[in-house]
Amino acid sequence: MNTTALLVLDVLLVFSLLSLAAAALATRDARRSVILFMAFGLVLAVAWARLLAPDVALAEAAIGAGLSGALLLAAVREQPRRALSGDTKPIHSRNDAGLKVTLQWTVTLFCVALAAILAWALTQAFDSASKDALAQAVSANLAASGVSNPVTAVLLNFRAYDTLLELAVLLTAVLGIFALGPARSGYRSAGPVFDGLTRWLVPVLILAAGYLLWVGAHAPGGAFQAGATLAAAGVVLRLAGQRTIGLPQGHTLHIVIAAGVAMFLVVGLSLLVLGRPFLGYPPALAGGLILLIECAAMLAIAATLVLAFLGGRPQPPSVNPAGAKPGALSISMLRSRSREFPSDTDSHNAESCRGFNEEKNRC
Amino acid sequence: MIDAMASLLIVSGLGFYLAGSIGLLRLPDLYSRLHALTKADNLGLGLLTAGLALHAQDLLIALKLVLIWLAVLAASAASAHLIAQHARRQETPS
Repeated sequence: MNTTALLVLDVLLVFSLLSLAAAALATRDARRSVILFMAFGLVLAVAWARLLAPDVALAEAAIGAGLSGALLLAAVREQPRRALSGDTKPIHSRNDAGLKVTLQWTVTLFCVALAAILAWALTQAFDSASKDALAQAVSANLAASGVSNPVTAVLLNFRAYDTLLELAVLLTAVLGIFALGPARSGYRSAGPVFDGLTRWLVPVLILAAGYLLWVGAHAPGGAFQAGATLAAAGVVLRLAGQRTIGLPQGHTLHIVIAAGVAMFLVVGLSLLVLGRPFLGYPPALAGGLILLIECAAMLAIAATLVLAFLGGRPQPPSVNPAGAKPGALSISMLRSRSREFPSDTDSHNAESCRGFNEEKNRC
Repeated sequence: MIDAMASLLIVSGLGFYLAGSIGLLRLPDLYSRLHALTKADNLGLGLLTAGLALHAQDLLIALKLVLIWLAVLAASAASAHLIAQHARRQETPS
């Protein structure tokens, strides 16, 4: 009875995953496609939880569904309106049809070959007798790792080198984002209801991030999930029309972005100086060192994800979006402020409504 | 006794989900669809969490379930408001 119910659940999960993926690929409307992709991510998180991988499920829900969805929606918003709906011309009427067919067949053959290699590798992995040798090695050495959650032990101790390089990839991504130039000016203030939600949601998100970071030592959680939750607070603040969205300014921001890699290197090199291998923590100190690195990594990951959502170098709050010179700053600041924070008079409200409409129409 | 109560709560919560889904698919315009979705989902999830909380092993898990319900309640109410506000502003260009 119980296994039958679980089988029904599994079949439902697989079916909805496949149909959501097909629908997300098939639709021509980019916004609809992104929303279907977010639904796909949520169902995929449930599937990971069903596969007894709660760490991956948390990361998938926070990063795969939540933040990637927000990033893609922001990208759709930045696109010109005409390019994203079905009224663009199909590709084959603009390009050479023969080239397109050749390209399609080449890509299809390449994908089929790749899938065949992956399937072969999977069967080889299943056939080999020592399939859980790695898991046994992890649980045998778990006591010396400083944490009791095997996933955190692998990520931050046994394979810490991999995580260091992952953080370096994120740092490189931030450099790419900075190269895009100044970020677009934010969204307009969304009104009292969303403001009220923000006021309690952001502290709760910060608290949840701290909890996920702390609990990662002995249960599902850790720096990546905590960083994604913290970044969600920044996304909410930007959507609510806040200018600085919780990011520090100037050099502090640079320090925060580099904090993950820097803390890893400081710990690793200090251990090297003390005569231990690079990132080979002494078991007595391992827990504290891992927590130290995870704190820095969480801040760096959160800042990276918020910057990705921002899509450019953040502007200091003293520079207004119109790009006026400092001399003209006070007047234009006043004017833009009256445009942005309408509260007292009806005329201001009507104007802001119109501006809000225009903005929404544009996206 | 507790099992029967929990089952009753969960099944009635599922009924609300069913009604909300049918409303989302069948109702004519955005506002009534939102109405069906948010009202039914809020109450449905409330009944569902109440039923699951009766089954919970300790008080802490029950408390967490109630917290999840409260967070979803606030988020869904606010997002329904935002969607409706946006739709209304697009309808009547001032």
